[in-house]
Order: sequence, then structure tokens, then C-alpha cells
Amino acid sequence: MIIRPKTGWFDLHLADLWRYRDLMMLFVWRDFAAQYKQTVLGPLWYLLQPLFTTLLFTLIFGRIANLPTDGLPQMLFYMAGVTSWSYFADCLSRTSATFIQNAGIFGKVYFPRLTAPLSMVISNLIKFGIQFALFLGFLAWYWFQGSPVHPNLAIALTPLLLIIMAALGLGCGIIVSSLTTKYRDLQILVGFGVQLAMYATPIIYPMSIFPNASRWILLLNPMAPIVETFRYAYLGAGEFCWPYLACSAAITAVILSIGILLFNHVEKTFMDTV
Amino acid sequence: MSTVISVESLWKKYRLGVVGTGTLRHDLNRWWHRVRGKPDPYAMVGQTSSPSPISHFPSPASSAPSELADDEIWALCDISFTVKRGEILGIIGRNGAGKSTLLKILSRVTAPTSGEVKVKGRIASLLEVGTGFHPELTGRENIFLNGAILGMTKAEIWRKLDEIIAFAEVEKYIDTPVKRYSSGMYVRLAFAVAAHLDPEILIVDEVLAVGDAAFQKKCLGKMGDVARGGRTVLFVSHNMTAVKTLCSRGVLLDQGAIQVSGEISDVVNAYIRGNARNVTGQEWATPESAPGTDDFRFKSVKLVVPDRGETNHLTVKTAFDIVIELWVSRPASVNLSLPLSLISGEVVFVVASPAKDLAAGVARYVCHVPADLLNDGAYMLSVLVVADGEVRSRLPEALTFEVHEVARTGHWMGKWPGFVRPQMRWNCEQLPANSQP
Repeated sequence: MIIRPKTGWFDLHLADLWRYRDLMMLFVWRDFAAQYKQTVLGPLWYLLQPLFTTLLFTLIFGRIANLPTDGLPQMLFYMAGVTSWSYFADCLSRTSATFIQNAGIFGKVYFPRLTAPLSMVISNLIKFGIQFALFLGFLAWYWFQGSPVHPNLAIALTPLLLIIMAALGLGCGIIVSSLTTKYRDLQILVGFGVQLAMYATPIIYPMSIFPNASRWILLLNPMAPIVETFRYAYLGAGEFCWPYLACSAAITAVILSIGILLFNHVEKTFMDTV
Repeated sequence: MSTVISVESLWKKYRLGVVGTGTLRHDLNRWWHRVRGKPDPYAMVGQTSSPSPISHFPSPASSAPSELADDEIWALCDISFTVKRGEILGIIGRNGAGKSTLLKILSRVTAPTSGEVKVKGRIASLLEVGTGFHPELTGRENIFLNGAILGMTKAEIWRKLDEIIAFAEVEKYIDTPVKRYSSGMYVRLAFAVAAHLDPEILIVDEVLAVGDAAFQKKCLGKMGDVARGGRTVLFVSHNMTAVKTLCSRGVLLDQGAIQVSGEISDVVNAYIRGNARNVTGQEWATPESAPGTDDFRFKSVKLVVPDRGETNHLTVKTAFDIVIELWVSRPASVNLSLPLSLISGEVVFVVASPAKDLAAGVARYVCHVPADLLNDGAYMLSVLVVADGEVRSRLPEALTFEVHEVARTGHWMGKWPGFVRPQMRWNCEQLPANSQP
């Protein structure tokens, strides 16, 4: 092994990351186990969060503001959006604190730094799984009630959607965390920014309220086609087309690449500046 | 024997003070000023560098990788050495000499500015026991977590689990969250994990090793085992006796550069000679530049001989005062603890002041050291600030001073043996002749 000053931008040591996969899984398990020790409800909190958000949205945007929902039951419409969005948002906000939160441990031992944010993305997957199960439960209930929902074959795209969301959240998160080693302000901006971004994504409104001519604007937001596709797959209404999804995947790939390069560049000397 | 570590002209640059200004707005503003060719709006007027004991090191033009800016220092300059398999290398030097920086680079926590290190095998350090312990998790869970952080795979940890638990002597509490552990149990468990890592290269930093004497002994014992097993140890210590006993070769760092390297006895002798340089008073002008923590900062530490003032000449017959002034920013019940040791590391004694309730402001402690106590030789004094039962601030090697011999009467003219040379009260009398049986 050779220790050198900053190596090239593309010297990523991804093999190292694989060697430390056990650590990654232990981090996942630690996040999960430690978070709910000594809480009364434990992982049930995962359910309350989307449930209350959905109820709130239904009340405010559905009943009071009367926004259209593509003819879908409002509860389901909002829950589909909230469930998929919160996975992305959690990935982003958790990974964006990587360097600051782990400064103590990073300053003492070497292990591939990417294990920390990657483990967060994976542990958020558990949370998503629980919330997703809740969503499926509601879906089944509405379906038996004879509501106009049409789950279809696009469901098979779920893993792909998850991967894109994870990659996008991770990419944005590690870009922010790399920059926060110098600029702490960004940390504060994240929570706020994620909230704003949610309104720029078709969560509380369907994509169809945009006239066809200006719909391309939504394409700049890589999350928009994902949420729409998710909704289309499980509820049968919404916008689903391959070019939109491809565009989102491409933007994600670019952001993730920038993120990894930046993260890798910062990780070697961040201890001197943090 | 094969070389396991080879360090080639290693340089490490650090910036002093605050890096950047911490906020994006300032940096943008700074950049905007630079673009327009105006001076940095956040630079302080008359800002001079080097408030720390590490000085600017004049870098030889040939090998210096780049120029230093005003607020930068070389924490390491042009370090080169090699370590062979099975060797115990002692790394010594005063505080701020660059030992920790060197270890950080070797353990890949930070990267050098230039130069290269080639390492064969896994490096583990006993300086950071317990890294990544999570208070909510049980002992067993933490063994896995900590082991993985240190680079073990899960399978490896499974294999050694029983051994680790037995070594730590915590069988009964292994399924209890570690936040309920006593500090002794915590350290034992943490150490047990690190000790079973089986690294090819082990780094032991005694200065940072916490724990009691038994724990330190365990550390040292483990080190010997590792070296006998054909592995390599890097040992950082201030205890010259331990270094001399354990190490075969050594490196002496001073202000970031290697001063001496080679046979351990030569290196230790050089260190002792260098340290004999007297520092009988240190003073800091402002709390910002002073060492310590936010609650307590050192204003000054001095040796004062009554009637003569500050001094650097002491003899075994001189009574003197150790005067310590502190900036206190948080009221607390404070007592000072002063370990006095020989320059070679052995502690002669520790003297503790009574506790005193201090308000915010400046406090002065004076310790009167009587004449006829210390033997002749070189000593160093450290200062610990203990508030509410906890060490809050420390100033290791605050003073180093020599106690000189005086003209002696009698026949023995060699070095008076012993750590101390106290005068005791004697009664000597000739007993009357009739008292004999």
C-alpha cells in the first residue's frame, strides 16, 4: 500500500469499499438498532411520519386548496408521492452530514469514507420498505373498495426507481457534505432546500396540471419523472414515458459522478479543515 | 529482513488558525476582492504567523515542495526512514515535534502534502481504543462494530469473539449497553478488540493511552508479543526508560524534522540533551493564543525564587516557587495537579493543590518547593487543571529545568543517587558508657 499526497481525481479505491462491506452492513444495522433503543414505539415511528404527512396534505391541498389528483383517491395520491419522495429526501439529508457527524471517527481510523454515506442510503431503504408496506396496505384497501386504481406492469420498474432515487440522494448528499467541510452554512440550507424542492416536484399536484408546452421545465428536476412513474405504476394515473425517465437517470448519473469525485477529493485532507 | 514501512521525504503543511472563514459569504467576498486586486478584507492588520511553538521551518529550496504562505507551517519536513519487519521503532520528540502528524499520515487519517509512504500490511493503532463505540449498543454488538471499523471482517470477529470477551473480562455484562459500563470495563473491552486485530504493523501512542497502570502494562506487554511474533511496532512515548528497554532503533523529531535516527541509545541521549534546555517560564499574552481549553487557559507558568525573581539557576539548596496563572472563563471548584518527572520520563512525584472555588477572571496558584528536596538533575513539570473531579486542561512539559549540584562536603564526589535528596531530621548522640550491658 502506498500513501501519497492527493492522488488523481479518478483514483477512487472502489475495491477498498468492497473489502469493507461488512462494516457497511454493520453501520446499517447500528443506525437501525441504535435509533430505536429506548423508544416506546420503535420502528412504528416510521409509519406515523408518512401517515400524518399524508393526512395533512389531504386536508390542506386536497380539501382546502382543492388541487386535482388525476382522478385518484386523495389519500393514495399523496401517500404515493410522500413515500417515494421521503426516501430521496432522507438519503439526501442524512448523507449530507457525513463529514461533520463522523469527524470524530474519521479523525482516528482509516476506512473507506464512502462506507458511511452508502450505509445511510441502505438503512433508509429499511425505512422505505416499512413505509412502502403501509402504502401497499392502503392501496389494497382502496382497491377492494373498488376505487379507480390500476396497478400495472410498470411496477416492475420499482427497483430501478429506487436505484435512481438512492443514487440521486447520495450524489446530492455527498456533494453537500464535501462542501460543508469548509462551508457550514450549507448544512442549514439542506433542510430548507429539500422542503422547497418537494414543492418543485409533483407530490402535491399531478404533472398533468402543467400544459404540454411548459412540461419540459419539470424535466430539469430529475425527481419529477420518478415520482410520476411510481404513481403511474401503482395507481395507474400519471405521466410515464421512457425519455423522461432516461433524462432523469442521466442527470442522476452526472450528479452522482460529480459527488463521488468531489467526496473522494475532499476525504483525504478534510481532517485538516473540519 | 524485509522493509515493511518506507517513508520517503514526507512533507506536511498545516494552516494556522481558522481555515477559510467558515462561511461561504466571506469566501465569496474574499474572492471578489482578489478578482479586483484588492487586499483580503478579512486578513488582520499586522498579522504575524506562528503563535504555536512550532516555528516556520526554513525549507531547503531543493526538496521543498512549495512555498509557505504567511499563515502556514511545516508540521513535517522531509522525513525519511525505513522500518524492518519485527522491529520496534521508538518515535520520540517533544510536544509539537510532529509525532502525531506522522502517525496520522501513517494511519491514513490525513494525507501528506508531498512525499510517499510505502506500507506492507495492515496497520492498527492502540492510540484510539474505543473508536466508534455506540453507547446504546451492547458490549457484544460494539465488538462487531468496532472490529469492523478497525478493518476486521465479520467472519474474523466471530472467530475471535470468545477470546476478546475473555480478555476483556466482561463476560457477565456482554449483553448490557456499554453506556452502563464502568470506565474501566469500557477501556478493557475497547483494548481487547484492538489487541486482537493481529495487524502486521502496530502503532502505540503511550501519550494518548488512557487508563490505569495495569492497562498501560497490558499495552506494553502486547507490544512485546507482537514484535516477538515477527511483526512491527511503532512506539511513541515520553518515557525514555520504556523506549530504551523496548526499542532497538529510534527516530527523534524536532520541529517537524528528523534530528537523529539510528541506535536507540543515541537517539534517547540526544533527546535528553536537547530537553535539558531550560524553560523556566512561559507566558501567553492573550487567552486566544494560550494553551488550554475554553474553560481554563494558561496565562503563565514560571519558576520564581523568592528575593531573586524569575530564575533559571536552581541548586539543590534553593527553595523556589512554581507560579501558575490561569484565565478562568467558567466558575468552578479547581485544583491543580503537578506531576514532576525526570527528563527521561520517570515521575518523581505528583503534588496536588487544595481545591479552590474560582470565579471567572485570573487565578494564581503558587506551590512552594522547599530547598533540600530535589536531587540534582533535569526535571520537567506538567500542569493539570482539575475541576469538579475531572481533568479539564493540561499543559504537558510546561517547564523543564535543571537543578544544579552545590559544593559538597564529604568524600563521595560522584552523582548523588536517588530521585530526591531530602534532608531529614536526625538525632545523633553518644550514649553514656554505663548504658551498655
